[in-house]
Amino acid sequence: MNYVALKMLFGDRAKYLMLLCGLTFAVMLIVQQGSIFWGLMIWSQSSVSNLNVPIWVTDPGIAQVDEVKPIAATAVDRVRSVPGVEWAVPLYKGLLRARLSNGDYHQITLTGLESSTLIGRPAEVLEGRFEDVLQPDAVVLDQWAVERMGGPDVIKIGTVFELNDKLARVVAIAKTQKSFTNIPVVYTTYERAIRYVPRERRTLSYVLAKAKDGVPVAEVTKRIHEQTGLGAFTAEDFGWKTIGWVLKNTGIGINFGTTILLGFIVGMAIAGQTFYLFTVENLRQFGALKAMGASTWTLARMILLQAFTVGLTGYGVGIGLATVFGFFTARSGGLPFIETWQLLLLVLVALLAICTFSALISIIKLARLEPAIVFR
Amino acid sequence: MMDHPTEEQTQPAAVRLRGIVKSFGTGDTKVTVLRGIDLDIYLGEMLLLVGESGGGKTTLLSAIAGILEIDAGNIDVLGVPLSDLPAGKRTTFRGKTMGFIYQQFNLLPALTAAENVAVPLLIQHIGRREALHRARTMLERVGLGDRAEFLPKNLSGGQQQRVAIARALVNEPRLLICDEPTAALDGPNGQKIMELLREVGRAPDRCVVIVTHDSRIFHFGDRMANLTDGRIERIESITREGRA
Ligand SMILES: Nc1ncnc2c1ncn2[C@@H]1O[C@H](COP(=O)(O)OP(=O)(O)O)[C@@H](O)[C@H]1O
Ligand SMILES: [Mg+2]
Repeated sequence: MNYVALKMLFGDRAKYLMLLCGLTFAVMLIVQQGSIFWGLMIWSQSSVSNLNVPIWVTDPGIAQVDEVKPIAATAVDRVRSVPGVEWAVPLYKGLLRARLSNGDYHQITLTGLESSTLIGRPAEVLEGRFEDVLQPDAVVLDQWAVERMGGPDVIKIGTVFELNDKLARVVAIAKTQKSFTNIPVVYTTYERAIRYVPRERRTLSYVLAKAKDGVPVAEVTKRIHEQTGLGAFTAEDFGWKTIGWVLKNTGIGINFGTTILLGFIVGMAIAGQTFYLFTVENLRQFGALKAMGASTWTLARMILLQAFTVGLTGYGVGIGLATVFGFFTARSGGLPFIETWQLLLLVLVALLAICTFSALISIIKLARLEPAIVFR
Repeated sequence: MMDHPTEEQTQPAAVRLRGIVKSFGTGDTKVTVLRGIDLDIYLGEMLLLVGESGGGKTTLLSAIAGILEIDAGNIDVLGVPLSDLPAGKRTTFRGKTMGFIYQQFNLLPALTAAENVAVPLLIQHIGRREALHRARTMLERVGLGDRAEFLPKNLSGGQQQRVAIARALVNEPRLLICDEPTAALDGPNGQKIMELLREVGRAPDRCVVIVTHDSRIFHFGDRMANLTDGRIERIESITREGRA
């Protein structure tokens, strides 16, 4: 009877296409919005993930990574003395204005890494060698800095600009995850970063640390917090803390949440409605099958097969369209678009819920169906 | 001369109806359609059930088919007390023992003629290849061997009804139930359908019940039961001369 069910589904081409369009639209909307949403969230915590260190020690009252709250310079040594800490290094992070030789000003995030280890350096370098940052006046920019500050013709290896009236020379271009604020990042050593900034701001921003092998990271962050009174987070927790802050303090969560919910409801409504119509208009046919001895269970299986067939087709097409959209937006770089398997799984579950729900309504209708209608 | 001599009275009835009562609605709007039907239908015969429109013929057919709950009475089909059977068992029993032909054909529009005919076999879990093979053979018996791959919408009304007959018979049912099989067809096509039902449908181990109010086809039956005021008024045998 599966064969009969599928033929019935595809035979009513107009309704099949309408069902498919409704589901495809819903899936596309949810995946597209969900991916942009997730992309924005990744952007919002990219200042954490770009540094790729296990433990962040911060001011205890910190809300999120981009809101730097200076801590005492002694913090590095205090963290180093906590049992279970393998290493701890200082990090400077602060906003500064860069002045190009053509007279343009750009706001940048100055990131100062401890010079002996360069811990927190970007994983990927596009041009030059990151180690050259140890040379006098040397800085490394990220690719967004190149883009924002005038493009590769203006900013390249060897370009010299001023940070607070002091010279900075580009020795490498690194690749980083775009950030939420999209402020270019300038890397240098911690010591030189301190020299670039005005005296009153010469302070430690973060201590980056790592737990000794075999000691759980969570245990070490707890110890750091208890012994130093500072805030201590795993990179993951700090990222989530930042995402949580963004969700609470911007409209992003509500906006995207609403769109995604709407997509779900619209998809549910269209699919449920069309599928129900499909069943109702085929009641006579189902009645005839019932009269010919098909059990309600058989009819239910047929309905479920029809619902899941159109549902999974819509899922495939919808994801395909959303991915193509994402490919083009991500390439242009204007919008973040990160399609995760978790999202796809979530959408699949939502879609199966939609299909099951629509099928159930129809099945209830069929279970109550008097096969006697075929005589009418 | 009777088509079936008196020996039919000595064999047990294939369908035995006793005291069937059925009403619709409640209170002021309550209509009692069947007021105590007693009727025996025998294997090998073709029984016409006639009566005015709205007289309850379809209701009675639905009751015999076990697709309508009755208020009182007993229905026995091939010795099985249908009225006592739970709904699920009744459905299975119906699928195995009965074939249906309707006024509106009720073919599945998305299926070809052969696939439509195969449906009752598919419901009985017979493999698709085997089912389609038997369906084509059946279509040949109703003279539509060359239309097996047509969709219903590309067949005439008479052809569609022949497909429906093939579908009703493909299962070799013991009981063939037809509700106004000619009502949607013009005179000549109606005659052809009745001829086909007599030729292919009527068989020694099967009883055929045909509801109609079309007097032009009365002579195709063996016996005719008249349903009036919710009761079987009289049953008459139809002579060969009448059929000529
Ligand atoms: N499901 C139903 N609900 C209410 N009334 C019904 C229903 N089915 C049939 N009836 C009524 O029962 C009477 C007999 O109908 P029916 O059996 O279709 O007659 P016939 O087939 O002889 O024309 C009619 O008055 C019809 O309105
Ligand atoms: Mg009727």
